[in-house]
Amino acid sequence: MAELNINERQAGDVTVLDMSGKITIGEGSVALRTAIRRLLEEGKKRILLNLAGVGYIDSSGIGELVSSYTAIGKDGGQLKLLNLTQKLQDLLTITKLLTVFDVYESEADALNSFK
Amino acid sequence: MPSRIDTVATAAAAVADFVGRSGISDDAAFGIDMAVREAVTNAVLHGNRQDEEKVVEIILKSSPDAVEISVHDQGPGFNPEAVPDPTEQENILKTSGRGIFFMRTFMDEVDWTIRPGGGTTVRMLKRR
Repeated sequence: MAELNINERQAGDVTVLDMSGKITIGEGSVALRTAIRRLLEEGKKRILLNLAGVGYIDSSGIGELVSSYTAIGKDGGQLKLLNLTQKLQDLLTITKLLTVFDVYESEADALNSFK
Repeated sequence: MPSRIDTVATAAAAVADFVGRSGISDDAAFGIDMAVREAVTNAVLHGNRQDEEKVVEIILKSSPDAVEISVHDQGPGFNPEAVPDPTEQENILKTSGRGIFFMRTFMDEVDWTIRPGGGTTVRMLKRR
């Protein structure tokens, strides 16, 4: 089984990536980077990362989230986060990134926020 | 252990096994896991620069009071005080530089020594 599984679905003009596993140095971080680059190449710039199934992230994975956020922003798009686990929320809090990312607990609220 | 990225997961699994048998709390075990992954990542990437001729050595100690983990690389060493604070406003959106911050956050003691024969050892202690 891959370290990070990513399932893509479309909700209107928002692309939702349902992720499960670990976003850590190596395979997990690369999988996230590859997915985001591909979406940007396809012109999909409104992206919601559903992190409900991501139980673990390291500094490399957090760096990849930041890199994705800035790359999508530079391309005129938006990246938002959905369903953070408590551990991930704690990590984003101590790194002060919770003040940077747009984070939602409800998918409907998250999707509406893109409009 | 070899200076490869996949060593990070292998080392973390070995340490988790050791920590699991040492009777430490789940929260403390999570913090140790985070810190070990960051320490081994630094040893592989920044210390040994993924030179497979060089190895990463990990020493685990358990006592009634604490668990201590030392990670040794064969790199030239660095000054941890010179690493910028990733939570300063100008650094928040940097894509790297949070590893040492996590090690210090999740462990009770973290210190670095440059060995006379070369290489750097980071010693991390988590009290029970």
